[in-house]
Amino acid sequence: MHSKKAKFVSRNGRALLMLIVVVSACKREQRQFDPPPTTTNPAIVQSELQPGGAPQPQTSTKSPVEENANALSDGKRLFSLYNCTGCHANGGGAIGPALMDETWIYGSDPASIHSTIVEGRPNGMPSFRGKISDYQVWELSAYVRSLSGQLRKDVAPGRSDDMNVHRSEQRVERKTPQQSTIPKAAEQP
Amino acid sequence: MSNKLHIAVARRFWCCAVRRARFVLFPTLTALLLTGCGGGLQSVLNPSGPQSEHISGLWWFMLITCTIVFVLVMILLFAAVVKGRKGFPDPIAPPEKETRESERRRGVVVAVATAITIAILFVFIVDSFFVGRGMTAELDRKQGINIEVTGHQWWWEVRYQDVDASSIFTTANEIHIPVGVPVTFSLKANDVIHSFWVPNLHGKKDLIPGKISTIWLQADKPGIYRGQCAEYCGHQHAHMALWIFAEPREQFDAWRRAQIQSAASPATASEQRGQQVFLSSACVMCHAINGTPAGSNFGPNLTHLASRKTIAAATLPNDRQHLAQWVDDSQQIKPGNRMPPNKFSPEDMQALLDYLQSLK
Repeated sequence: MHSKKAKFVSRNGRALLMLIVVVSACKREQRQFDPPPTTTNPAIVQSELQPGGAPQPQTSTKSPVEENANALSDGKRLFSLYNCTGCHANGGGAIGPALMDETWIYGSDPASIHSTIVEGRPNGMPSFRGKISDYQVWELSAYVRSLSGQLRKDVAPGRSDDMNVHRSEQRVERKTPQQSTIPKAAEQP
Repeated sequence: MSNKLHIAVARRFWCCAVRRARFVLFPTLTALLLTGCGGGLQSVLNPSGPQSEHISGLWWFMLITCTIVFVLVMILLFAAVVKGRKGFPDPIAPPEKETRESERRRGVVVAVATAITIAILFVFIVDSFFVGRGMTAELDRKQGINIEVTGHQWWWEVRYQDVDASSIFTTANEIHIPVGVPVTFSLKANDVIHSFWVPNLHGKKDLIPGKISTIWLQADKPGIYRGQCAEYCGHQHAHMALWIFAEPREQFDAWRRAQIQSAASPATASEQRGQQVFLSSACVMCHAINGTPAGSNFGPNLTHLASRKTIAAATLPNDRQHLAQWVDDSQQIKPGNRMPPNKFSPEDMQALLDYLQSLK
């Protein structure tokens, strides 16, 4: 009699536990479907970044989307919609540097990439200030980081809308970011 | 009570009527449906030029020949069934022993039928070969207008070539051609394979990345003809359409002169603000408006956007409301297309729409 009751409790307890686990997974992140509009005439900022081995300024700005799978997949789409692919190909680099390797010229932290997109960089990278909304720039910079496996696997995009041209960002091994020496292109801006 | 009875009776009557009328009803319905095929803006059976006349000629020839063959075969089949029934009253009884004579006769019939079939198929082959040849044979001599069409996911870039570089211009999704003049199309693709198909004027021709395919066509009647991408090219393949406007020569020349011009300068304060919004937002990253610093060719050229009847590759009518929806969030209309959503403040959006609608 006693064992029957114990069995009942243990079975229902297990079911309850599984239910809690499943339900807790329902809302793993806050998704923003309607990002705030682009601000017109934003202020121009003097960048402190230096190319190559010079010490990078430590920024404390935290990316709002680094742990948001939806924002990452948005970033992946924006990467081709805003024609980043025109210069960086699908991350392997073309007339722009590769983004899926361990080498970083202007810093690998989210804030540095954000500022690279917003400010532009010498010899080619245009400034997208005011063109792309701030939230989308964060999405893009987070996606750029996922290309070399800097983000959590459950956040990085797992599939492409089109034919896969490289291993999905989810399956990329993490590469330890290294600051590049000054690239030839940046020596004489 | 009586109501229910009435309904039951009516239903019963209706069922019986349908059952009885089946043999009349379905052929009539089919015929009605088929009438929808002809006389359309996008139909092989409504040829409007020499090229599509070739194709529809072949189509009718094949249809009529095959119909005659089909009817003959059916008549022979029924005749055989009827005759066979008379010949073998008892279906379980063993068949009569075949004589040498009947065996020979059967052999001759089969041989003749096979020979006729092969001959008909051979005629089809020869005819379709000559139709194909006829469509490309005079390509070199067709020195009319040269239009370069580039297939993109999911829209058509249209570039009017000219020996005079200042007369070259680019538009999108809507092609104007003069009536009665051969027009050469150079077909290219930038991403995947598309296919250019305007059934009233020409057959399908694939647009293959890295290759230039050339066709010519001619519209003999003024009118508008719908074209459609005919090679599956991704999510929005079905929404990759185009219009061809065949116009009298003077009308075409006037249109062409207008298209060569740079964009109209913004006249009102609102339009000026709209231009500023365009040039300082993401629009300028993909679209060109001749006469302004906007010069990117990743998306359709918008220099004379307001002169077009449709937007989004002939998907939406070109009016203010649809334009606004498209600019705001085109992904809800054509999911997967290459235009990101653009969030503007209401004032900026109205100004931008004013400006875009002034681009006549």
